[in-house]
Amino acid sequence: MRLEASGLACVRGGREIFTGLGFSVGTGEALLVTGRNGSGKSSLLRMVAGLVRVAGGRLALVDADPDQNIPEQAHYLGHQDALKPSLTVAENLTFWTRYLGGAAPVTGALAAVGLAALANLPAAYLSAGQRRRLSIARLLAAKRPLWLLDEPTSALDREAQDTLTGLMRQHLSGGGIIVAAAHGPIGLDHAKELRLGDSG
Amino acid sequence: MSPLAALFIRDIRLAIRVGGGGGIGVLFFLIVVVLMPFAIGPDLTLLARLGPAILWLGALLASLLTLDRLFAVDHEDGSLDLILMSDTPLELAVAAKAAAHWLTTGLPLVIATPLLGLFMNLDAKASAAVMLTLLAGTPALTFIGLIGAALSVALRRGGLLLAVLVLPLTVPVLIFGVAASNAAIVGPLPFGTPFTILCALMLTSLVVGIFAAAAALRQGME
Repeated sequence: MRLEASGLACVRGGREIFTGLGFSVGTGEALLVTGRNGSGKSSLLRMVAGLVRVAGGRLALVDADPDQNIPEQAHYLGHQDALKPSLTVAENLTFWTRYLGGAAPVTGALAAVGLAALANLPAAYLSAGQRRRLSIARLLAAKRPLWLLDEPTSALDREAQDTLTGLMRQHLSGGGIIVAAAHGPIGLDHAKELRLGDSG
Repeated sequence: MSPLAALFIRDIRLAIRVGGGGGIGVLFFLIVVVLMPFAIGPDLTLLARLGPAILWLGALLASLLTLDRLFAVDHEDGSLDLILMSDTPLELAVAAKAAAHWLTTGLPLVIATPLLGLFMNLDAKASAAVMLTLLAGTPALTFIGLIGAALSVALRRGGLLLAVLVLPLTVPVLIFGVAASNAAIVGPLPFGTPFTILCALMLTSLVVGIFAAAAALRQGME
């Protein structure tokens, strides 16, 4: 499986954010998207997730399940965490697991991000880092080959960042693909880097 | 459990928990109807004459009250992104949300109608007629409201725009709902004619509302 892009262009609000962008990232590889604020990192991830229209160029997932399009095979971890404050931690995760077609029980995923003890707490009482962890648990509860992570380490403490690095390595060694937008290193050693904003 | 059942159950849970707004519609309906006798005065025949219209207006405003948050909350917290990405068709997800919305806001209004009918000096037969028309009419209000809720999804404070967009579209439902109620109470028209048209309006809005709302959501994500 391979995520390939060539000549990608993004237009938002009538303004061209980037043009002629190309990359290729295959099974077991990670792509780290860097660039200044407003250079289009989030827009690129949302474009791959099918949430922003592709204004030009080509984006394809090669050698993948032909019955599914790219968004259906991707997990998107954005700035918003898609959690409902009045539902408990376990209820939030159970809902997304079922909605995204996962079958695994949520206890394993909660334990992996260190939230097992808080399973019955309403999500309203979680801290920013804990909310982030709960969003990350969603990536584990339903299996998808492509992970789109927008600044995944934001709000996470040191220990949780290490946990996330471990989970990302596990995903890559299991044949997954990661595209992550970040300002600093996210702990993946052999990640390719795509720098936005330099050419334009 | 299928994705749609999960979404349906989640929305019902959210509505009945604290801050979900499930009970707010009924309370609003109650207060609007209770205020009417004070405004109109203790003329019992006049109240009974106006009763069905007042109950219908109250139900219309109450169902509008909770509609503006239907998609806006999911948009703000990012849930809508994930729902759009999923392989579950958006139309079905919209239908599941609409069903949950009607069950938590429309159905309680229908159940509260006989009690509120007493305030309007409606006898048992008249209350039953209004209740039946609301049972057929409130789903139509939800489905028509879906379009407005989807169109105003990305706007902060979209509630007022929603009212302006949706209320004109509900005029036919209001006309035939009240006409059917009055036909059952004072005649001379048979109850069946306007009631059948009301049911037809409900079924039409079911189809049009769901597809229009899904299209508006897709367009609105840009």
